[in-house]
Amino acid sequence: MKFSERWLREWVNPPVDGAALCDKLTMSGLEVEQISPAGADVSGVVVAEVGEVGGHPDAGKLRVCRLSTGSGTPLTVVTGAADVRKGQRVPLAIAGAVLGDGRRVEKAVIRGVESHGMLCSAADLGMADGGAADTPLALPSDAPLGAGVRDYLQLDDACIEINLTPNRGDCLSIAGLAREVGAEHGCSVRKPEIKPQPPVHDGRLSITLAASAACPRYAGRIIRGVNARAAPPLWLRERLRRSGLRSVNAVVDITNYVMLELGQPMHAFDLARLKGGVTVRFARAGEQLELLDGRRVTLDAETLVIADDEKPLAMAGIMGGRAAAVVDATGDLFLESAFFTPAAIAGRPWRYKLHTDSAHRFERGVDFELPVQAMERATELILQICGGRPGPVSDVADRRHLPLRAPVRLRRKRIEAVLGYDCAPEEVTRVLKALGMIVEPAADGWRVSPPSYRFDIGIEEDLMEEVARILGYDRVPSRAPGGRLNMGLMPEGGGDPLLRLRQTLIDRGYHEAITYSFVDAGDNARLGDPGATVALTNPISQDMAVMRTSLWPGLLKALHYNQNRQQSRIRLFEIGRIFRASGKETNQIMKIAGVVAGDSAPEQWGLQSRPVDFHDLKSDCEALLAAIPGVTAVPAHHPALHPGQSADWMAGGDKIGCIGTLHPDLYKDLDVKGPICLFELDLAPLLVPPLPRYRPLSKFPFVRRDLSFTLAADIPVQKVMECVWTGAPEALRDLQLFDVYQGEGIDSGKKSIALGLIFQQSSSTLIDKEVELMVAGIAQRLAGELGASLRE
Amino acid sequence: MELERRIEQIGSEALAQIAAAADMAALEQLRVHLLGKKGLLTEELKRLGALAPAARREAGRVVNEAKGLITERIEARRRELERAEITRRLSREVIDVTLPGRGERPGGLHPITRTLNRVVELFGRIGFEVADGPEIEDDYHNFEALNIPANHPARAMHDTFYFEAGTLLRTHTSPVQIRVMERTPPPLRVIAPGRVYRHDYDQTHSPMFHQVEGLLVDEEVGFADLKGLLRDFLRAFFDRDDLQMRFRPSYFPFTEPSAEVDIRLPAEHGVSGWLEVLGCGMVHPHVFRAVGIDSERYRGLAFGLGIERLAMLRYGVDDLRLFFENDLRFLAQFR
Repeated sequence: MKFSERWLREWVNPPVDGAALCDKLTMSGLEVEQISPAGADVSGVVVAEVGEVGGHPDAGKLRVCRLSTGSGTPLTVVTGAADVRKGQRVPLAIAGAVLGDGRRVEKAVIRGVESHGMLCSAADLGMADGGAADTPLALPSDAPLGAGVRDYLQLDDACIEINLTPNRGDCLSIAGLAREVGAEHGCSVRKPEIKPQPPVHDGRLSITLAASAACPRYAGRIIRGVNARAAPPLWLRERLRRSGLRSVNAVVDITNYVMLELGQPMHAFDLARLKGGVTVRFARAGEQLELLDGRRVTLDAETLVIADDEKPLAMAGIMGGRAAAVVDATGDLFLESAFFTPAAIAGRPWRYKLHTDSAHRFERGVDFELPVQAMERATELILQICGGRPGPVSDVADRRHLPLRAPVRLRRKRIEAVLGYDCAPEEVTRVLKALGMIVEPAADGWRVSPPSYRFDIGIEEDLMEEVARILGYDRVPSRAPGGRLNMGLMPEGGGDPLLRLRQTLIDRGYHEAITYSFVDAGDNARLGDPGATVALTNPISQDMAVMRTSLWPGLLKALHYNQNRQQSRIRLFEIGRIFRASGKETNQIMKIAGVVAGDSAPEQWGLQSRPVDFHDLKSDCEALLAAIPGVTAVPAHHPALHPGQSADWMAGGDKIGCIGTLHPDLYKDLDVKGPICLFELDLAPLLVPPLPRYRPLSKFPFVRRDLSFTLAADIPVQKVMECVWTGAPEALRDLQLFDVYQGEGIDSGKKSIALGLIFQQSSSTLIDKEVELMVAGIAQRLAGELGASLRE
Repeated sequence: MELERRIEQIGSEALAQIAAAADMAALEQLRVHLLGKKGLLTEELKRLGALAPAARREAGRVVNEAKGLITERIEARRRELERAEITRRLSREVIDVTLPGRGERPGGLHPITRTLNRVVELFGRIGFEVADGPEIEDDYHNFEALNIPANHPARAMHDTFYFEAGTLLRTHTSPVQIRVMERTPPPLRVIAPGRVYRHDYDQTHSPMFHQVEGLLVDEEVGFADLKGLLRDFLRAFFDRDDLQMRFRPSYFPFTEPSAEVDIRLPAEHGVSGWLEVLGCGMVHPHVFRAVGIDSERYRGLAFGLGIERLAMLRYGVDDLRLFFENDLRFLAQFR
């Protein structure tokens, strides 16, 4: 809502300056977003009348005018403006004047003719959008000659734009704002008198409320013989401009003006183009309507229309139709001023993408006692500007369906409990009355009936907020909340287990990324689980069209972004949800995932560089999984991963994640450079690690024996370890794999493995003979089960 | 006396040789030559037995004196050589301590996580527990139960992403309030951080961003407690007890009364004027009704913080989009 400060001050004029006025508005919940001057701070610009206009002797496009300012000799001005007529009144910047943009007007000789000033356009006066930049602003014929234009046009005005919350539809007018400002400052509101316009004929149109729950009130009036071509006067156009509205024609400007002034959206029909009477009804599904803006819409059965005997003429409260619109040739008007309930309008503007000023107001609630007053006000202005002969006002209402304004109980004790401070009863009464409420005393407080223009007062708390905001939220004390100190249970790893996981990866050189939860459908299909994908019905763009089924698409996109910015070593991780359809439900599962590319270590002086590989990444995963016993990586196939370099993470028979090198086919598709390794783990199992259990420490020394052997190259090390552990003597405490070798010196198809066996007993020192026996047993089992042959 | 002359001769030669011994090996050789089992002085001592007892005592004294002196000199020379050796070793082992350390360099937390953690930690200190809710929500929890019925104009402010099934991406963290109150009886203190989504994408809007929802439900709490709680939080968050804060009336369908909170940061932050940082209010009785909490007995404080905004103010980030580009040059600034 944008309005002129001067206009508001005609209604209510608190003794504070504009800044204080705005501050108070903001601090009472009507947030001032912008304050802009209505016009520039010009000086030396006066009202002048154009006298003789002649051509310039030396320049075909220039004209020489004589201008009178009411006193002294007329001034000669050379102008490039084409549209200058004798008798016209215009703003004249006399030599020495300063214009809106700071330009100083000087006496000049233009091609041999002396010019004593300059004719000003709206733009020269800083009246944005006030008219063409090269045409002098046409002033009314009664503008006093010689008067300062800044004063005459009241350019020392501010256009104030407020950001109204949706509950305050009652403030979408000067009248409403004036009520509010009056209450804020405790001063009275001078509402201009609205005189009923006596009918001079008895022409009426029949009005039928066929959907009276949606439209319980409809006032109509015929005005005959209007001049629809009449030029809207400057003062009217200026008020609209300062309120952010463009001038259209006199009739539309007047209805808009009344909407801005009183808050009642109105509509005018060309009477000659109405067939029969008007009916307010719901559209029949599929009915067509051509709107004022030329769009043709197909209506649904939830859309309220104004129809004549033949067809819909307007989308009620939202936008008029073209068929019965007022045009230049219109002579007789049918003027509408109605109450459409918020429920009948709400949602429709969104559905039809018709966010009009009228719809905006009806959606939020327009005063249902306003239609006739607004009708009289609009009639007055139409008669004044366009002429015409008014008929009687037909005010058709179904009172049963007008909104109720039931009294709301307000308990004094409750005010203190909710707000945290006690308000004096006189203050409560004063504030509520100033806001137009009817306040009656009751045993424990008051009974308060809200006025017809307030649609947001239904419960006690609503009244409390009114009291608190008018008195100022500054009055609310600041108090630390009390309460009982209850300490709940805490699982192991509690506090913030996520921080621990994050820190683990950060210590290993990762940066945390946050990527969008919606990704490109193609990327997701390549990297995730296309079968389980859920798609948005209204995505922002193609590359944010589906919910990710893996964290990889986002991480790889971030990797691509960084590779394109000359980063070669990239280590990123993310913690977030993935979304997988499962029947009708969507599982929203927390994951932790990482992606690495570039060298295994940062570039440095003491380490030979090599590209990162599967086992570097595996170590990072193992660090995350350290607290969980019995986690293994088993070879697996994943469509996005290299078939020989991918594994599933398994814990107790459940898959809890996967790891691998990106499939060679995908580098080109994803526009990334490799090698790239990735992992993704379920977050849940990592959050609550099992409780550690203490085992007594042995007092006796341990004995280590190294075992080196060869076996078939395709036997996974995991199998070797399992073979050793299975049936191992109790004294075997640890296994240390310290070498795996394939190549020169080892038969092809074989590999060499070296294991450190660590033995220890809790009750005695091991003697060599015992150890040798155990080692021999292990070697024998390796030979028997895996065909391993010991190397000497 | 022949013996004395001989000993003197041996002694003076020995002392000169000891002094000239260039290294430990030469010194050891000397020691063996003089004092070893077949050393010169050892041989002299062996020879003493042949002397008459009177002469033997005197000669013994002379030899032993010489032996003592030589032993002492050898020891002294040994220490000298050791010191020299250590000095040589030290200078040999000088390294360039200005070379950087080897190994991995740590990464860092995303600034949004850092900010979220800070918020959660501060509320955690006064007993707020972390709650969580789904990001794909139903209309009931995201809107209806929060007193935002279909067609409510407030829905226009929540440009919503939808799915075929009629579900949606939550537009705020407020549905977590509902989910918590549905399953847990009061008193309640919860904080719900998370991702939220709005169909809005330009220089100052991201279709995904982060909020933290806070909810306190108890018997003896009011608007003044909300104000005090948020004032304390904002001061603690910005670590400034001279932070200015104001409560400004506003409107949210799920709170009544409602407020927006503005802060003014000290000049060195480089931003001036009042800055809106959060919305809050007293839980609307209709919301309590939806979750079956008696609004005559209990009252609720609720607030929602925009994390990107707080992160931008705290770290001086001037472009929202940086948070989701994941540019390493940006991320590396938060270690």
